[in-house]
Amino acid sequence: MTQWEKPVLTLKNFNKTFGNGCSFCKDKPENLKGGCCPKCRTIYACRDVSLCVYCGEVVGIVGESGSGKSTLMQALYFDSEPTDGEYYLDAYKNGERNIFADSRRQQKWVRNMLLGMVYQNPVMGLKMHFSAQSNIAEKMIAAGNRDVHSMVARGNDLLERVSIPPARRKDNPCNFSGGMQQRVQIAKALANEPPVLLLDEITTGLDLSVQADVLELIQKIQRANRNSILLVSHDLSVIRMLADRTVVMRNGQIIEEGLTDQILEDPQHPYTQQLVYSLL
Amino acid sequence: MFKEKHFAFLDESSKKEIRRAVLKAVAIPGYQVPFASRELPIARGWGTGGLQITLSLIGEDDIVKVIDQGSDESVNAVSLRNLIQETTNVRSTIRTQEATLIQTRHRIPETPLKEGQILILQVPLPEPLRNVEPSEYKTKKLHGEGDYSGAWLKMFEDIMRYGQTATGADHPVCVDGRYVMAPSPIPRFDNPKLDNSPALLLFGAGREKKIYAVPPYTQVVSLAFDDYPFRRERFAGEKCRLTGLSDVYLDELTDETTGEIYYQINDSSYLLEHLNRETEMQTE
Repeated sequence: MTQWEKPVLTLKNFNKTFGNGCSFCKDKPENLKGGCCPKCRTIYACRDVSLCVYCGEVVGIVGESGSGKSTLMQALYFDSEPTDGEYYLDAYKNGERNIFADSRRQQKWVRNMLLGMVYQNPVMGLKMHFSAQSNIAEKMIAAGNRDVHSMVARGNDLLERVSIPPARRKDNPCNFSGGMQQRVQIAKALANEPPVLLLDEITTGLDLSVQADVLELIQKIQRANRNSILLVSHDLSVIRMLADRTVVMRNGQIIEEGLTDQILEDPQHPYTQQLVYSLL
Repeated sequence: MFKEKHFAFLDESSKKEIRRAVLKAVAIPGYQVPFASRELPIARGWGTGGLQITLSLIGEDDIVKVIDQGSDESVNAVSLRNLIQETTNVRSTIRTQEATLIQTRHRIPETPLKEGQILILQVPLPEPLRNVEPSEYKTKKLHGEGDYSGAWLKMFEDIMRYGQTATGADHPVCVDGRYVMAPSPIPRFDNPKLDNSPALLLFGAGREKKIYAVPPYTQVVSLAFDDYPFRRERFAGEKCRLTGLSDVYLDELTDETTGEIYYQINDSSYLLEHLNRETEMQTE
């Protein structure tokens, strides 16, 4: 297989439940109401999700709120533990080791070296009371860098790329505008040049012109570095602009997947049809 | 009234529990062992952690020394020493070489410690990661995973802001290559004394209910970036006004009548011994 045919990220049969489940809902998905058990109130946030991302590919995940998109992203970035499932990265032990089954320390290493995450809310991804430079250095420190000069140089380089002016690089992100905070997050995610970027609703809450800036930046970076990107959004125009392939989620399950054009032009599942036709 | 109290104030089962925590701390250098901090006749945050360790370890043959910021005569040191003495009747000293138990706040004595001695430090904030992570649940996990990027990040931020690490005291150290530890607010000047110390070093935080330890001859490294090496405080060539010594920790003092600034050794018993030795030599 050439490098284009082997997935960079593979997720198999991923499940995440909040609650222990009862005899009424365990292994009986037909009894669930909207991903939730009506008897024991266990929430099945993700059910049997399998997907893969290939080298240099942008995969979009769409779905209404509560469909399990963010739960999926959190598990992929080890912010929360999966209930069960398998997770492989090509760059980690040749993609032969299930990272969910590995130690927490190994997971942290993967998180710092192989993944970059941009959250919808910058408060999640940035330390608001540390300077923008320090926020970027945090990733490099976690990766074992102990040389201040090289980290400052790399930080300046990254902040230049996301156009944060030099005068503001030592300021705290809490004094930045929303768009700037998002750009600092992107710079931070790129600090260790990870092969995979996870973007969780990165433009939600930004005004339209800033949205366009951020999206253009992502596109530029993706073209230059050939990163693989997993992109969550409920905004179909963002998906249309960035994603090569799209996955539609509802009630914790993948209900449809295919090329973005196909999904948007010829949706098959009734929910996807409703989603596409409700686009203004 | 203390005469009727139990030996060393605390009841035996409390002392046993504290000793057990101390043993665990010694077995895992730098690890913060939780313990049930007892009520004492002084308020929490005034050295109760150190005092509980002292009281639970002290025996009739011990010789105790109590210092507060290098001084044997400050109010806190005197009060703590009185409490220990009244409840145990053990001998007290100000000579560092003589003491078997030394309870201290914010300093390690200038006289090198030796084997068999125990230095007990009072700790206000035992968690080196607290200023980057407010949740105890999370800092415990970070220690478990050996993830100390928070402590490094704090130093990086200082360098960004001030051009150097700005820890005046309590500069974090790595114990035995594993746990990162807050050395209690001793000045950076004292950090090298922690490394490979022949004496046992115990740390007690009464308010935060934690005990931790550095066993004798353990490697203790002050955290520092490769291109910003760790530095002790320097006193720009200033000397002690009374002894002329320079390689010691100095207090900066102001003469209230003339307004002149002068320097003096901070460790009062070390200063006194040095002056006594000089007078002896002169009379001979």
